[in-house]
Amino acid sequence: MLLEKLTLANGVSGNEKEVRNLIYKEIIDFADYIKIDKIGNIIAYKKGKKKTDKKILFIAHMDEVGLIVTDIDENGFLKFSTVGGVDKRVLVSKTVKIGENKIPGVIGSKPIHLQKKSERNEAFELEDLYIDIGVDSRTDAEIKVNIGDYVAFDTKYEEFGNGCIKAKALDDRVGCSILIDLIKDENIEYDFYVAFSVMEEIGLVGAGPVAFNVKPDICVIVEGTLCYEMPNLDSHLMPTRLGYGPAISLIDRHTLYDFELREKTVSLAKQHNIPYQYRKTSSGGNDAGEIQVSGEGAKVLALSVPTRNIHSSSSIIKKDDYFNTLSLIKYLIPSICKEDK
Amino acid sequence: METKDALVLLANSNGVSGQENNLHKVIIELFESLVDEVEVDSLGNLIFYKKSTNKSDFKLMLAAHMDEIGLIVNKIEENGFLRFSEVGGIDKKTLVGQEVLVHGKETILGIIGTKPPHMMSNEEQEKSIKIEDMIIDTGFNKEEVEKIVKIGDFITIRREAIVLENERISGKSMDDRVGVVVLYDIAKRLQTLKHNIDVYFVCTVQEELTMSGGMTSTYKINPDIGIAIDVGFGYTPELKRNQTLLMGHGPGIALGGNIDSSLRNKIINIAKELNIPYQINVVPGQTGTDARSIQITREGIPTLLISIPLRYMHTSVELVDLKDVSFTSILISEFIRTIGNKPEVINDIVEE
Repeated sequence: MLLEKLTLANGVSGNEKEVRNLIYKEIIDFADYIKIDKIGNIIAYKKGKKKTDKKILFIAHMDEVGLIVTDIDENGFLKFSTVGGVDKRVLVSKTVKIGENKIPGVIGSKPIHLQKKSERNEAFELEDLYIDIGVDSRTDAEIKVNIGDYVAFDTKYEEFGNGCIKAKALDDRVGCSILIDLIKDENIEYDFYVAFSVMEEIGLVGAGPVAFNVKPDICVIVEGTLCYEMPNLDSHLMPTRLGYGPAISLIDRHTLYDFELREKTVSLAKQHNIPYQYRKTSSGGNDAGEIQVSGEGAKVLALSVPTRNIHSSSSIIKKDDYFNTLSLIKYLIPSICKEDK
Repeated sequence: METKDALVLLANSNGVSGQENNLHKVIIELFESLVDEVEVDSLGNLIFYKKSTNKSDFKLMLAAHMDEIGLIVNKIEENGFLRFSEVGGIDKKTLVGQEVLVHGKETILGIIGTKPPHMMSNEEQEKSIKIEDMIIDTGFNKEEVEKIVKIGDFITIRREAIVLENERISGKSMDDRVGVVVLYDIAKRLQTLKHNIDVYFVCTVQEELTMSGGMTSTYKINPDIGIAIDVGFGYTPELKRNQTLLMGHGPGIALGGNIDSSLRNKIINIAKELNIPYQINVVPGQTGTDARSIQITREGIPTLLISIPLRYMHTSVELVDLKDVSFTSILISEFIRTIGNKPEVINDIVEE
């Protein structure tokens, strides 16, 4: 799947270049119009066979959470900050790739043998962690890396289990991949816009300028979202479940999703026998928060592929959820556009 | 095989304490052309015997443990997630988000999951996550996973070794596959080096848990001298200098009750004479290594412990420096070359 290339590319928020170039090359032959705006968002337009008055925008973000080098100490160890919401506890005992040249490094920890009893039950503090690239001095480190280099997890793309995929950055390369599949489809009846935004993970930065540019009537955010199904947990506490179809957002920290739009989506799913679920948590947020209030405002809908271990080095999705999300989107376009005709 | 390639090969191989037979094939293939006899004993230790150049009744045993820390399946949940407990001194803080291999009827990928931070209180986020709050996700439901996995199956942490700057290599189970690789490197050197004593290379089992492999193999071989080759804490800024060894500065030679002092002086003198870098590693009590098992077997055996500096012990990014591997095997090979015969060593011990 294209998702392999997309997740192997590194695009920590603020440094989406590698992902942007990949997506641009992938869709240039299929778009009727394409531009990269001043802050790095990709905006593309695809003509359908039929005209519509409705401007529909589909958006997915290109960036991923990660780290950034903030200092190099005299022993050549790299200190770092997180970029976006990374749980400090997932960093220990992991390998990473630093900067454009993808220099390999490791994040280790104090050996358990030398930890005090109290230390054993506490998480390591972020400021105590560092990256080791194998050098012994600042001078040697500076030949390979610099302060300000972005750091991404070093994770292979693999398909495993019963139709599952494991990779880094599935939030939101899964959305990018679905939208690339969408724009490559020559059988969509109506016109639509597709955007790939920057810096979603550090505060929905890219989405505002995209919305300003496109001025959509309706915007569909395509995401990878929280999925957590620990045993013995009541289902209302599971934000989404793997393999239960696209998750339709109700509410999150930034957005109340358009009621009619989501009702329409549910009835389409039922009509076409596509499994669907609601996103049952009000935490988190996505580009909808900015798009909903841009200009005169837009109606927003979010469809998400459930993603286990989101924001960590090895996230998991199920392929069925991916294809069901894509199918539902394809039914949604004519359904929205036909309405007024 | 190049020493570096052998290290990557062995670090990427899987053998939790108690399931070392998974490693037999790959290790035997490395050693068999270099030694005179290959033996697998009843606990699963690998014993490689290399005869002396001239006939000798003096036996040196070199031991490195081949087992690694890991996990074991203890429950399969209704939704197919696996529950597990530790095998050996694993740090739960290193498990979150880690990829693992579950060694059932076939070996399958799993990822260790837990509650996402969004769903934890601030206080909870400062704690390390308990093993009982973690699961292994294999991407299968219960029915599917039960066809492959059962309670009691072993689990290894999955990490492919990577090469960093300065020929430093990072991966899982460097503790103590790097010791096994030192044995391999010594065996290669002995092909062209005359030695007047018999050498037994032993890859021991269960060091991380029971240290029983070191006991039984020593009993069987009954060596005149034993040398355990294991790893020592590599220096990083959060550790005290006197608890640690510097990377790339040669092996740690242990000093303490577990160690025979005349042998220690002998090996230090060799290092000094030949300008082989070494470091002194003070361990007043038990060393917690096969050196302990060797020392107290039968009527007691003069023992050395040589430690390769290793950072981030018992994580999946254990880091070693290839220079230290060379220094260690050169030093021990020279030790083997310069030991002439039994009386010489006995005299040394009596003199002390």
